[in-house]
Amino acid sequence: MEAAFLIEKILLVVVLFVITLTIAAYSTWAERKVAAWMQDRVGPNRAGIFGLLQPLADGGKMFFKEEIIPSGANKWLFIAGPSLALLTSFLGSAVIPFGQSIELFGKTVPLQVTDINVGILYIFGVVSLGVYGIMIGGWASNNKYSLMGAIRGASQNISYEIAMGLSIIALLLVTNTLSFKELAEQQHSWHWNIIYQPLGFLIFLVCAFAETNRVPFDLPECETELIGGYNTEYSAFKMGAYMFAEYINMFVSSAVMVTLYFGGYNYPFMDQVNALLGPTWGPLVGVSVMFLKIILFIFFFMWVRWTVPRFRYDQLMDLGWKVLIPLAIANIVITAIVITVVDKL
Amino acid sequence: MSNFITEITPNRPVYTDNDPQGDLTTLNLGPTHPATHGVFQNVLQMDGERIVSGVSTIGYIHRAFEKIAEHRPFYQITPLTDRLNYCSSPINNMGWHMTVEKLLGIETPKRVDYLRVIVMELSRITDHLICNGILGVDTGAFSGFLYLMEEREHVYEIFEEICGARLTTNIGRIGGFERDFNDIAFAKINKFLEKFPPILKEFEKLFNRNRIFIERTSGVGAVDPETALSYSWSGPILRATGVDYDVRVNEPYASYQDFDFEIPVGTTGDVYDRFILRNEEMWQSLRIIEQAMEKLKKEPKGVFHADVPEFYLPPKEQVYNNMEALIYHFKIVMGEVDTPKTEVYHAVEGGNGELGFYLINDGGRTPYRLHFRRPSFINYQMYASMSRGMLLSDAIINMSSLNIIAGELDA
Repeated sequence: MEAAFLIEKILLVVVLFVITLTIAAYSTWAERKVAAWMQDRVGPNRAGIFGLLQPLADGGKMFFKEEIIPSGANKWLFIAGPSLALLTSFLGSAVIPFGQSIELFGKTVPLQVTDINVGILYIFGVVSLGVYGIMIGGWASNNKYSLMGAIRGASQNISYEIAMGLSIIALLLVTNTLSFKELAEQQHSWHWNIIYQPLGFLIFLVCAFAETNRVPFDLPECETELIGGYNTEYSAFKMGAYMFAEYINMFVSSAVMVTLYFGGYNYPFMDQVNALLGPTWGPLVGVSVMFLKIILFIFFFMWVRWTVPRFRYDQLMDLGWKVLIPLAIANIVITAIVITVVDKL
Repeated sequence: MSNFITEITPNRPVYTDNDPQGDLTTLNLGPTHPATHGVFQNVLQMDGERIVSGVSTIGYIHRAFEKIAEHRPFYQITPLTDRLNYCSSPINNMGWHMTVEKLLGIETPKRVDYLRVIVMELSRITDHLICNGILGVDTGAFSGFLYLMEEREHVYEIFEEICGARLTTNIGRIGGFERDFNDIAFAKINKFLEKFPPILKEFEKLFNRNRIFIERTSGVGAVDPETALSYSWSGPILRATGVDYDVRVNEPYASYQDFDFEIPVGTTGDVYDRFILRNEEMWQSLRIIEQAMEKLKKEPKGVFHADVPEFYLPPKEQVYNNMEALIYHFKIVMGEVDTPKTEVYHAVEGGNGELGFYLINDGGRTPYRLHFRRPSFINYQMYASMSRGMLLSDAIINMSSLNIIAGELDA
């Protein structure tokens, strides 16, 4: 392994890390602005122009707040909970291709930290780990509301992962690959998977809402019932870590959805644009298209959050087990039949 | 002591983790919980998410209003009534004034009645706005609440124009109002009548046919009319069960008989019915206000109180320059006015139900005994037994839709 390769990868990791952090931080700002816009309010506008420094102010505040660890709480697990949540949320973005290979200083650089050939399985593994942050934090708090939030979180994530996995299987039948890089390449130009898998996408979308614990699936937090759910007892930056993890998860799941179903960095007439702009600027347009799509998805998450009420616990389970899983299985069967018929013709 | 409870009986929860409770756990819902919207507690015994039994604890903000009222002249009791259901203070104020008027046999001019109706219906709207908005918040949909809060602000601006205060209004006096509505107040009412319907329509669009909202609320906290009546329920939650009892129609006061309006009734008495019913009542309130504004045009201008010099404080200029006014001012303030030795009960349709004032008078300047029939207090009695078998989420939205106001619950 040569040094140049290592440096290249480390640089890419750092850049991606910074981008993820920035997007997560500004998602909090955007969330407040979007909410304000939808609710006829102004939103944050004191810190900087349009309140753009608000995330920094919030972050600074979180750092300097008093850390409170409740008596009777398991201290180490109490700290481990938010740390794990934050850590696992960062891992997801490693396998996502953010653009075509780009030519920089006479070198071809792939805009993907690593192309694991089972990238989708990796994402699933990492996302499932995320629920441990909630469970450990909720359990270690020594608070019944936290515990209930943790239990809700665990059962919700496990139930929805099944439907999510099944919806992906249908996609795999179409694409025949588990690698994100190949997935992105297959969707060249306008051949986005959403055209072949509309139902699968809908199931995946609903499950993504559930996995990121966003309204209407925010039962683990559920402010009006469980006070704050699993993060009731958290203060200062540990609370911030949970919040941050939620926004990073939102970013990662938006990126995954874009890559799986909405063509990733691909856009119609990209060949002509690439030919026009050359190997450096062409892929950069693709990168901006990718981030535009991600931002649209993040906006969609927020739009839903400020519009609909949340489910009740049993309705959530009903939706997961009795609606989404049968639908996903039906989707697999239909996809398989269609593929077989098309192949025979 | 810990072996006190040998077996778990309905509605008899264990209070500490040391008590034997099998697989069940005790959950303190309140006194400070985001969903209680005030200070009151429910000790619930939970089987996972399901409530096995519960006990309501009230009295956290009990301020002994009934006792304080025994030491205050009639006109000084109005501010106490402000603090009962503070979401619709003007109704409480008016109810109290009308009780005293009933005691003294005062006939108020029609114009005063119509002005009162306007104020009362406006505050009914604010009350229902809060209740339905908060129900939205408790189900997780926050935006509708803020749409409505803006409108409540406009109503509060009207109150501000009429009496100078917003929340605890102390609006009106025995016999009428302390001053006439000014032109700005009328302009603001007209503007509200114009601006509010589209907002309410938007709010209804957001909720009424929202699938998640319907699933969350329908069938939750359903009560049959017999049970509701046996618990002496009143107001929107009683009408949601299908009983068409409304004090405004059954025992009209303040010339409500002059108005043409409908009393919406529900069928199942569940949270969804209560929600729809409150929305519908707001439409009816708007109708009443519109009619009252029309009727006011036909009434003589400048009449804003009944002619009862021995109870209605004269204007200060007259007190300084006019002997009769000075005498009445002295008599009112010093409590030298004779009042009939009798007892009266007067009820108004408050935001949550029948708000009654039972006044026993011994002829002095203060009531001998005054009892407030507080709808929140009475409606809340069923809460613990209703919650049995519910999921925690259901119990919480059920509480929101009962519209329990801590100030009125504890008095």
